[in-house]
Amino acid sequence: MSTQDHIADRPVRADHRLIAEMVAPGSRVLDVGCGDGALLELLISEKAVDGRGVEISRDNVNACVARGLSVIQGDADQDLSGYPDKAFDYVVLSLTIQATRQPKAVLENLLRIGRRAIVSFPNFGHWKIRTALLLTGRMPRTPNLPETWFDSQDSHLCTIKDFSDLVTILNAEVEDAVAFNSRGQRLAIKNSLSLQNLLGEKAVFLLAPQVPRSSG
Amino acid sequence: MAASDTRNDGAARQQAQADAALRQVTEPESQVVRFPDNEPLQLDSGRDIAPLTIAYQTYGTLNADKSNAILICHALTGDQHVANTHPVTGKGGWWATLVGPGKPVDTDRFFVICANILGGCMGSTGPASVNPATDKPYGVDFPVITIGDMVKAQARLVDYLGIDQLFSVIGGSMGGMQALQWCARYKERVFTAMPIATAPWHTAQNIAFHEVGRQAVMADPDWQGGAYYNTKARPARGLAVARMAAHITYLSEKALQDKFGRGLQNRDAHSFSFDADFKIESYLRHQGSTFVDRFDANSYLYITRAMDYFDLEAEYGKLAAAFNGTKTQFCVVSFTSDWLYPTRDNKEIVKALNGVAANVSFVEIESDKGHDAFLLEEEVFFATVRGFLNAAAKKRGIA
Repeated sequence: MSTQDHIADRPVRADHRLIAEMVAPGSRVLDVGCGDGALLELLISEKAVDGRGVEISRDNVNACVARGLSVIQGDADQDLSGYPDKAFDYVVLSLTIQATRQPKAVLENLLRIGRRAIVSFPNFGHWKIRTALLLTGRMPRTPNLPETWFDSQDSHLCTIKDFSDLVTILNAEVEDAVAFNSRGQRLAIKNSLSLQNLLGEKAVFLLAPQVPRSSG
Repeated sequence: MAASDTRNDGAARQQAQADAALRQVTEPESQVVRFPDNEPLQLDSGRDIAPLTIAYQTYGTLNADKSNAILICHALTGDQHVANTHPVTGKGGWWATLVGPGKPVDTDRFFVICANILGGCMGSTGPASVNPATDKPYGVDFPVITIGDMVKAQARLVDYLGIDQLFSVIGGSMGGMQALQWCARYKERVFTAMPIATAPWHTAQNIAFHEVGRQAVMADPDWQGGAYYNTKARPARGLAVARMAAHITYLSEKALQDKFGRGLQNRDAHSFSFDADFKIESYLRHQGSTFVDRFDANSYLYITRAMDYFDLEAEYGKLAAAFNGTKTQFCVVSFTSDWLYPTRDNKEIVKALNGVAANVSFVEIESDKGHDAFLLEEEVFFATVRGFLNAAAKKRGIA
C-alpha cells in the first residue's frame, strides 16, 4: 500500500506513521486522545480501518465530527470503563498517557478494551533531559516538553524503562517497541532497553493483553 | 385609534388565530395519510386507535433507491412545519435555519419528512380529533400514549411512503427521545441518528415541571374536565401558565439575566401593583398568550405525559440493551447551558452505546442559550450536523 506524507493537506506526524505501520488493514481502532483526528484520518485513508476517537477538547471533537469522524467528547481516565472487553482490535493512546491521572488504570482499560494496545509517549529518560536536570538542577524543558512544571498537564512523565516496568506489572506482552529521535527516525537499536532509554526522544509500544501462562 | 379599539383588534386577531389552529385539527394544511378502522394502531397501554390520521410535510425528492430519506422528529410544542411558513402563526419553520436547500440538512440532497406526532393538534390524531365512538372530540377519552406509540405511528407513515430504511432520524428534546426509540425498536430501519439535547429517561425534575404545567391546565375552570371543545371557553389561562413555567426551563439563568435583568417594561418605576412591571414578566406573559392561540391544552397534557413515561432503561432492562446489535451510526449532541436535558443525561446515551460498541459521536456544544440552543442558530452545531450527515451520505452512496 502506498503511503503519503500528507493526509487531507496536513503533514503526517512521525509517531503516527510508526503507529500506522503497526495496525493491520481493515481493523477496528479506538484512538484515545485523538486530538484533531489526524491519526484516525491517516488510518482510515491508508489502512481502511473502522476508526473511532475519544478526545477531551471540545473544539477538537467538533472539528473531528464536522470532518465525518466518529469521535466522542470524553477523557481517558473516566470514559473508558463503559466499553466492553475486546471491543476493538487496537486501542491507541498517542502521547497522552503522561497526562492521565491514573496511567495504570488507563493502560489496564486499554488492554481490556483492545486486543492490542498501542501507546506512544515522550521518553523522560532521554539523555538531553537527564543532562538538563543534572546541569541546571531544574525540571527540564525541551522542544518535546516545552512547558514549565507548573503549567504542564504532564503529571505522570516516565522513561522507557519505567513504562516497561508497568507493562510487566500488568503482565502484558510487548510485541514491538520502537524508540525514535526528534526527526521521527526510528532508532536502529532493537535489543538494548538501556540504549533506547538513553537515545529515544519518544517511544511507541505495541502491547498484547496478558495471556495465561502455562505453568510448565 | 382609541386604545380600546386596538385591544379589540388584538383580541379579534387572537380569536381568528385560535380558530385557524382548531381548523388544523380536522383540515390541516399538510399532506395527510388516513389509516382506516380496520388498521388500528395498537398502543403500549393495550388500547387501539382507529382511524389513525397522520399529517406531515415533506421537502426535497426521494431518490430512486429510496435511500435519502431523513425523518425529523419534533419536540413537545413543535409540529410538522419544520421548514415552511406556519399556517397558523405565519412565522417561518421552527428549524428553517437547519433544514432547507443548501442547509446542513440539505433538501437539495435529502428527502426530509416531518410528521405531526400522535397526540398532537396539527392534523394527526389527538385528543381534539373526533372520537368515532361518540362523534365528539376525544378530550380525556383519548388513550394515554407513549413516545413508543408516536414512533410506531411514524413507522406507519414511513411504510406508506415505501421507505425501508431511513437515512437518518433527527430530533431535539422530545424529538431526540423519538430518535432513540426508533433506534431501539426499528434497528434495521435507521442508518444514522442524531439525538440532540435529550435524555434516555425523564428525570424526577423533568416530571416535576410537567406536573406543574398539567395542574395549571386542569385547575383552570375552563378546562371542564377536558370537554371544552364545543363550548365557548378554552383553558387559555391554565395553558398559558403551563407554558410560562416550561419556558423558563428552556432558557439558561445567564440568558435570562443578560436579556432581561431587572429591567422594567414600558415604565420608569415600580407600579406597586401586580402588572407586568418587569421585562421578564411581560416576556413570559407574551410567550403564554401566543402559545394558547396555536396549541391545544389537552394535547399538552397527553404529550407531557408521554415524555414522563419515557424510560428506555426500564423498557429494556438495561439502557445498553436497547441498542444491542445496532448498526446505526449515532451522533449525540448536547449544549453546555442546557439544564433541562443536561450533558450528563446525553452522556448516559453515549455510555450505553459504547457499551454495545456502537458507532457513536458525541459533541457538547458551548452555548449560553439553555435547552433552546438546539433551535437557535449555532454555527458549531450546524457544522456538526453537516459534517456528520455528509460523511454518512458518502458511506451510504447518496449523491
